[in-house]
This record gives sequence, C-alpha cells and structure tokens, in this order.
Amino acid sequence: MSNQGVDHGRRRFLTLTTTVVGGAGTVAAVWPFLASLKPSERAKALGAPVTVDVGKIEPGQRVIVAWRGKPVWFVRRTPEMLASLPKVAADLRDPESKEPQQPEYARNEARSIKPELLVMVGSCTHLGCSPTFRPDHPAPEIDANWQGGFYCPCHGSKFDLAGRVYKSVPAPLNLLVPPHRYKDDHTVVVGEDQTEAA
Amino acid sequence: MAIIPNPHKTTGFLGWIDDRFPLTKLWKDHISEYYAPKNFNWWYTFGSLALLVLVNQLLTGIFLTMHYKPDAAQAWHSVEYIMRDVPWGNIIRYLHSTGASAFFIVVYLHMYRGLMYGSYKKPRELIWIFGCLIFLALMAEAFCGYVLPWGQMSYWGAQVIISLFGAIPVVGPDLVVWIQGDYIPSDATLNRLFSLHVVAIPFVLVGLVVAHLMALHEVGSNNPDGIEIKKKKDANGIPLDGVPFHPYYTVKDILGVAVFLIVFLGVVFFAPDGGGYFLEKPNFQEANPMVTPEHITPAWYFGAFYAILRAIPDKLLGVVAMFGAVLILFALPWLDRSPVKSIRYKGPIFKTALALFTLAFIALSYFGMQAPTTLGTLISRIGTAIYFGFFLLMPFYSKIDKTKPEPERVTYEAH
Ligand code: HEM
Ligand code: FES
Repeated sequence: MSNQGVDHGRRRFLTLTTTVVGGAGTVAAVWPFLASLKPSERAKALGAPVTVDVGKIEPGQRVIVAWRGKPVWFVRRTPEMLASLPKVAADLRDPESKEPQQPEYARNEARSIKPELLVMVGSCTHLGCSPTFRPDHPAPEIDANWQGGFYCPCHGSKFDLAGRVYKSVPAPLNLLVPPHRYKDDHTVVVGEDQTEAA
Repeated sequence: MAIIPNPHKTTGFLGWIDDRFPLTKLWKDHISEYYAPKNFNWWYTFGSLALLVLVNQLLTGIFLTMHYKPDAAQAWHSVEYIMRDVPWGNIIRYLHSTGASAFFIVVYLHMYRGLMYGSYKKPRELIWIFGCLIFLALMAEAFCGYVLPWGQMSYWGAQVIISLFGAIPVVGPDLVVWIQGDYIPSDATLNRLFSLHVVAIPFVLVGLVVAHLMALHEVGSNNPDGIEIKKKKDANGIPLDGVPFHPYYTVKDILGVAVFLIVFLGVVFFAPDGGGYFLEKPNFQEANPMVTPEHITPAWYFGAFYAILRAIPDKLLGVVAMFGAVLILFALPWLDRSPVKSIRYKGPIFKTALALFTLAFIALSYFGMQAPTTLGTLISRIGTAIYFGFFLLMPFYSKIDKTKPEPERVTYEAH
C-alpha cells in the first residue's frame, strides 16, 4: 500500500473522533454493570417500621428485634444502671452526645425518650459487629472502671449502658439510636420519628 | 500454500503440530532448555507447590460448585449436605478448605524466600510485583470463599471486611451499600461474592500466574547466592552454573510434591479443621445477623493484618495501616538499597531487621487470632511499628550496612 496522497489531517481527525466516540461508548457500557450492583428494588422495600411490645421486658433485661435486618436492642435499665452513667463520663469520647448519632429527642444523658428504656441499633460503629451485652461489673478484663455496658468482641470497642463509646477504642462514635416513637405506654414503633416533644 | 518447516526438525505427528503450533518451542523454552541455577535449595520448591495447590483449589472448587447453593437461605444447608450426603463430599470439601490454608503457608514461605535471597531486586521487580498482585487476588479469593458457607464467622467476617470500605471519607457508607447490594450483608452479598469467588478472581489469578512465570522465564531465576548466572556463559551461550529445568528440577520438585502431599493429606484425613485454625468453630453455626459470636477472629492467614487493624485506636488510620501493610510490599524492590541480593552476603543490620520482622509477623499473626487484651494490643502495637519500620527504614539501613563480597560463581557442592 502506498502512503502517497494520504490526507493526514483527515486521518488524524478520524482517529480522534473514533477514539472519543469509542471511549464514551465504553464508559456508557460499563455503567449498567456497576449500577446493577446497587440494592435492588426488593432490597429497598424491606425497610418498613416495626412495632414492638416492650411491656414484658424485665428490669435489667435485653430484647433483640430485627429492623432493616439489623439488631435493635431494647434494654429496660434499672435505677442502679442509670446511676452508673455519670460515673463513666470521664472515660468517654462523646459523653454529651454531640455527634448526630441519635434523634434530637434522644439527646440526653440516658440517650432515650424514657430514661429507663434504651432503644438502640446493636451495630458497632467501628465495623458493624454486634457488641455483647455485659451488664455485670466490675469486669477488669474489659475496663478498670467498668460499670456495665456493651463490649464488642471484634476489636474490643467499649460502650456504656447508654451506648456511649469509650476513649481509645477503634469505634469512633456512640451507638446509633434509631428513630422511634411510643405508640402507647408499652408499644414502641422503630423507624418512625416521635412528632411532638416528649 | 507450502508450510515453512519448523526449526526443530520434528517429524510425524509432532512435526505436524510443530508446523502449526509452537509445542516443541514452548517445551524447550520453558522446560527442557530453561536453565536454572544449579544451587537451588528446598526453598525453591514452593513455587511449584503453589502451582499444585492452585490446581487443587480449582479442581475441588469445580466439584464443590456442583453441589453448593449460593443462596442465603440454602447455602449453609447445602454445605451440610455436601458434608453428610454427597459421596466423598466431605473429603472434597476438606481438600478445598485445607487447601486454602496450605496455599497461604506455601505462598508465605515462597515470599519469604524472595525476601531472604533478594529475588525482588533488579531485574526481577516485575516478578515480585506480579507476585504481590497474586497475593492481593489470593486474599480476595480467600475472603469470598470464607463467606460462602454462610456460618457465623462467614457472616460477621463479611460484615467487618466490607465495613472496612466504610472508613473511606465521604463515599465510604454508600460504597459499602453498593458492595453489599443491600444495607446489611445479605443474600445479594453472598450471591455476588460467589460469582467473584468462582468466576472472576480465579480467572485473574490464573492470568497473573502466567504473567508471573513469563516474567520469571524472561530474566531467569535468582538463587540462594543472589548472583546472576547469566553473567558467565559457555561457548553455546548456556550459563555455566545453569542446569536444564528438566530433568533436574522436575525431579527435585516431584520430591517436594511427595513430602507436601504426605503432610497435606495427613491434615485433610486426620485433622481437617486444623485444630480450629483451618475451619473455625463458630462457623459450624448458621449465620445469625442478630448476634455476633463472642470470639470472632479471622482465618489465621489474615491474623497479622487484622492485628495491625486492631492495634490502631482510630477507624480510618487502622484501615489505612491494614491495607498499607499489604501495599508496601509492592515498593520493596525500590526500598532495598543494598549492593548485594542474598541474605548470605548482607550485613548484620539487615539480618537483625529481617529477624525482628519475622518475629513481629509471627507475633502479629498470633495476637490477631486472640480476643483483644491489653497485653495483646501492646504487643500488636510494637509489632506494627516493627513491620512498617522494616520497610520504611530499609533505604537507610540497607545502604549503611556492611555487606560481604559476593562470589564469582554460585557456591555448590556436588551430591
Ligand atoms: C498462586 C501463587 C503463586 C504461584 C503459583 C507462583 C509460582 C512461582 C513459580 C513456579 C516460581 C519459580 C520457582 C521458584 O522460584 O520457587 C516463582 C518464582 C518467584 N515468585 Fe512466585 N508464585 C506465586 C505467588 C508469589 C507471590 C505472592 C510472590 C511475592 C509477593 C511471588 C514472588 C516470586 C519471586 C520473587 C520469584 C523468583 C524467585 C527467585 O528467582 O529467586 N510469587 N513463583
Ligand atoms: S466492629 Fe466493634 S470493635 Fe470493630
């Protein structure tokens, strides 16, 4: 083949346009594959609120309920448990719950609507294990000043009985308090916000 | 059109093939006329053993896939079914699960050999880099496979490992949902990890192994003396210290295979759970998204990296250090400034550094498998410092170290 009489400008233009169009086509072809990995419509539909009867939970006892596939804990705290909260405040990263890890109506020392009833998502804010309920104390193997709380078996994060995280553990944040409201005295709906101030 | 006769002058059926496909050429280039240094020791069998274990994983994997169901509701039961009802199913599964641990033992020793003899140094940087990519792919493959039985360790292992990506600022949380295909590890997650484990990663792995060996055969093997045999050649251009791979090393490697198989099958037949290290107790319970088992530890081969993650009391930095510990391996060829390759001729500083690094890696692996304790965290922190110190300080200490002169020819005693 001879190269004589080749229009180089035209050849460059064709190479360039083919590359651009081909490149755009490749990017466009990749998108559906990546997007197909997002949660499906079915997965999205499974986020409905759950209603829980909390009337039968004994003082000091914990009950676990699934909400959006995650464990939600209900702990009926005894007066002694509530009294332990100020005792550990100095050991905590965020004792006043400044980080938005709870709805406004649960931003108080007990991190709950009713002080005695703790409602909390049981997923460690480190990498998502479910911490173990350790109300027993003292427990020097966990912490010198352990007043009861939650201990994560995965990387040793510690939380007090209001789910507030200790200092120098891998978890950065307090445990999450989910949106919830009292339908009546002994029924809680998880996944719906409290409307009027309680 | 007449075919140009092949240069090997083979005739008959082989000749017919060689006229059309480089069969004899491949055999000669890579086996019968591939000259390897004559002073290889037993550290040099781990490459062939890695190939053997790779084949074992592929074969047993194909048969497991014929019975396994990648469905969160059925996966656990299908594994029980393989163990109890499929004829020989338990042996096939144990070959695969013990094979995974064997793979890491073999590959860790193979990498350690490279560390000792400076096999990563010029001109073998790409062999080493392909090796590091293999190691990454192997870790991904092992993780995906670990999730498939959908036991308690599978589930919570997936939860923790996928959440690592959540530590990335800004996009992290959305990235986690995208990887999982759901808001928690679920059926969608299991299904896609199955696809990666069975199709995507094995393809990548095999491709990388081919590239690894092509790079190796391009520059030739290093050896325990760390000197280039290609510098001294005879009149025919054959290295004076080289012997053809076949029959010398094929026979040697077959001995290695025999020893390996005795140990490996001994474990498969008599201690398939490896004392709880190869198959962990909590994974004998089905996944329960509501409760994390009280002792959750990774498979032993991830222990060191897990200990590094745990040693650092900050989510993002912990994750960065953990990935950094793997990625830093890629930089090794450029971190070592020593004029010699092999540990035999390196000076006291490098030897001490390597000894400390070895101890640190073993200690990290051990404490990574224990429940977190104050002492364990302290030792893990020291171990993490040594691990990174070994690499990051290498440009300095390898330069000032007092090396011994390398010999002209490889040291070798006939036997
Ligand atoms: C599937 C995994 C792997 C397979 C099948 C494999 C295979 C091999 C084989 C057959 C050899 C030649 C025999 C020998 O020198 O032992 C070799 C050499 C080598 N491999 Fe690998 N390898 C694997 C993983 C790795 C990894 C993870 C690394 C390091 C990060 C690595 C680094 C090297 C180096 C540096 C050499 C040259 C050694 C020398 O010449 O001294 N390999 N590999
Ligand atoms: S997941 Fe709880 S400490 Fe890491």
